[in-house]
Amino acid sequence: MHAAAPTHVPRPGFLARRRRSYLLFVAPALVVVGAVIIFPWAFTVWMSAFDWKIGSVAHFVGFDNYTQLATNKRFLESILHTFYFTLLAVIFPLILGTIAALIFHREFPLRGMLRSIFTMPMMATPVAVALVWTMMFHPQQGVLNYLLSLVGLPPSLWVYSPTWVIPSLVLVEIWHWTPLIMLIVLGGLAALPTEPYESARLDGASEWQLFRYITLPLLAPFLIVAAVIRTIDALKAFDTIYVISQGGPGTASETINLYLYLQAFAFYNVGNASAVVVVFFVIILALALLLLHVREKAKWT
Amino acid sequence: MTDRSRDDHTDALRRRLLQAGAGAAALGAVPGASLLGAQAQGTFDWKRFKGEKIEVLLVKSPRGDLLSKYHKEFEDMTGIEVGSEMVPEQQQRQKAVIEFNSGNPSFDVIALSYHVQKRQFAKNNWLTDLRPMINDRMMADPNLDFADFAQGGLNYAVESDGRVMSLPLNLDPWVVYYNKELFAAKGVAFPKTFPQMIDAAAKLNDTGKGVSGFVGRGLKNANVPVWTSFLLGYGGGFVDKGGKLMTDSSEAIESAKMYQTLLGKYGPQGVAGYNWNEAQSLFLQGKAAMWLDGIGFAQPLEDPTKSRIVGKVGYGVMPAGPKQQVSALFADGEGISTFSKKKGPAWFYLQWASNKANQTRMLQAAAGAPVRTSAYAAAQASSDFKSPKEWVECMLASAKIAQPGLPIIAAVTEFRDTFGIALTNMINGADPAAELKRATAEFQPVLDKTEKA
Repeated sequence: MHAAAPTHVPRPGFLARRRRSYLLFVAPALVVVGAVIIFPWAFTVWMSAFDWKIGSVAHFVGFDNYTQLATNKRFLESILHTFYFTLLAVIFPLILGTIAALIFHREFPLRGMLRSIFTMPMMATPVAVALVWTMMFHPQQGVLNYLLSLVGLPPSLWVYSPTWVIPSLVLVEIWHWTPLIMLIVLGGLAALPTEPYESARLDGASEWQLFRYITLPLLAPFLIVAAVIRTIDALKAFDTIYVISQGGPGTASETINLYLYLQAFAFYNVGNASAVVVVFFVIILALALLLLHVREKAKWT
Repeated sequence: MTDRSRDDHTDALRRRLLQAGAGAAALGAVPGASLLGAQAQGTFDWKRFKGEKIEVLLVKSPRGDLLSKYHKEFEDMTGIEVGSEMVPEQQQRQKAVIEFNSGNPSFDVIALSYHVQKRQFAKNNWLTDLRPMINDRMMADPNLDFADFAQGGLNYAVESDGRVMSLPLNLDPWVVYYNKELFAAKGVAFPKTFPQMIDAAAKLNDTGKGVSGFVGRGLKNANVPVWTSFLLGYGGGFVDKGGKLMTDSSEAIESAKMYQTLLGKYGPQGVAGYNWNEAQSLFLQGKAAMWLDGIGFAQPLEDPTKSRIVGKVGYGVMPAGPKQQVSALFADGEGISTFSKKKGPAWFYLQWASNKANQTRMLQAAAGAPVRTSAYAAAQASSDFKSPKEWVECMLASAKIAQPGLPIIAAVTEFRDTFGIALTNMINGADPAAELKRATAEFQPVLDKTEKA
């Protein structure tokens, strides 16, 4: 004890030194996070309070940009377009991906090869995919209308019609991203225990009952993860829409991202664009919280 | 003693500039004019800036490619080293704004599209006034010869106060491509007036055979020049002297109705999503009787590997409107950054880029329609010149009746966006008067804000 006492005396100093050395290790992360996340974010919020067009002088306008957005019909419509697009682009890949996963979970000849082929769309570059689809959508020379004519259906205008442009764009998303959902769900299926199925079969459950009361609840956490990933992807979708329809015809497929791009990089209204970013961020945050909440609930059932 | 021809050259040049600028009285007062006397004994020497290095920002296009290909020639001739960067059009415009705005752009010379960048650059004073160098005998190539430059190009290059901010290189007047075979089959003559044009589109429109009477851009933003082509013929304008939009005038509404009829009624299905490339491919397939667009498409139309209508293409000058016959004009040129520390070498580059040899090459390679009138005869004289004679005639005739196809304002992209949406809506059945009224009301505040000093 006596010998130990002196070594205990400088303890606070030792702790402080320890703390300082922790700081040393944490500092790089702090600097990086500060520089690439916090600073740009704070700066965006700051800029959203200015009326600033690149090339002219910035004026401080407080919340003016936000009040203008609140009454801007085009912006409000773009929010609706975003939700509409996201909803369709989440639900359809989710359903189709789950069905595909159930199919590929079974044993059948050439399964491995077919599964690899099925995942191929996912590997393609979005812009290239969009360009190919643009050609397929062409009302006179596109292959889609040719296929419709083969089965005796009248031609569609696809992305050239204000009513059908968003569903047509979603078609591209479905083709592109269903395989991802399939992979996630397939992983989930592989991890399922076999005992509940055996006992349910002994009790005389039908295939549908097996799926509805065992597979689906057990898969729920995986489906939620897939839904979260899809939601994030669909919300930030830009390349396909920009390449295929440019938000048109008119503004029929203009999502928040396209509106934002126009404001920032075509019109150089940096202040206004920053306000759009802030609003968009709040929307994403709200959606993320909602999905987290759903996920918590899924765990309990 | 100065030699006579050079005096003539300077006089011709001054006259030309006086014509080009409305208030060009200031010309005599520029520093260059006094230099003219002081340095009268010196002669122009391409090697003057030997050993210097300049940076050039070009647009990725056949014209940009062509200039870059011959940079070696400029370097050998002047001893000036050229570092050049070629960026796609949209990105080049963004880069220009951001770099100029930083006050320290990476380039000395920049290529600009007048219809988008002229007012923006002028308003921010981003380009150097070239007059002092034009008037300096030590600096101006005796062969510069402004009399050779088409008036439409000079109108774009010169500000209303007489300052010369750039040299024009390429003109893009809008013309009507037409399918001679389809016209002959129905016994229709090429229209001379707007009513005849609508009439021809109606007669040639044949939905059974999948042939459209007319095709043009319907995609928002891209579609605005199609409408302004009609607007100018109706005698309409964009902005009045007081800064108020004239885009809901009766002329504007009539021309919008014409746009709605030609594209909505006689255009192909889905034309609301057509840009020039969709329109071009339809016309190439022989599925459209008329196509209104810029003059630069002769090469694909006459290329047997791409086109089904080689040799059947007619190149028509824009028909006359009720008030006047106008071809909507677009153009591009090159200017010198006001921040550049190498203005002399940069000016030499500009003179080289716009010289007769380069302009003739541009025409020969079908990369554009040169501003220099002499280039047409020079190119036609060579045996490997492929563009049809009718195209050259159409170009020269169109250049004579050309007027800017878009308002010269800073917020031109927003203008195109706002009015482009209105036009797309019209194709889909909206009322032209109501759409123009809405678009005008929407754009007026933007114009007020961006044009105030």
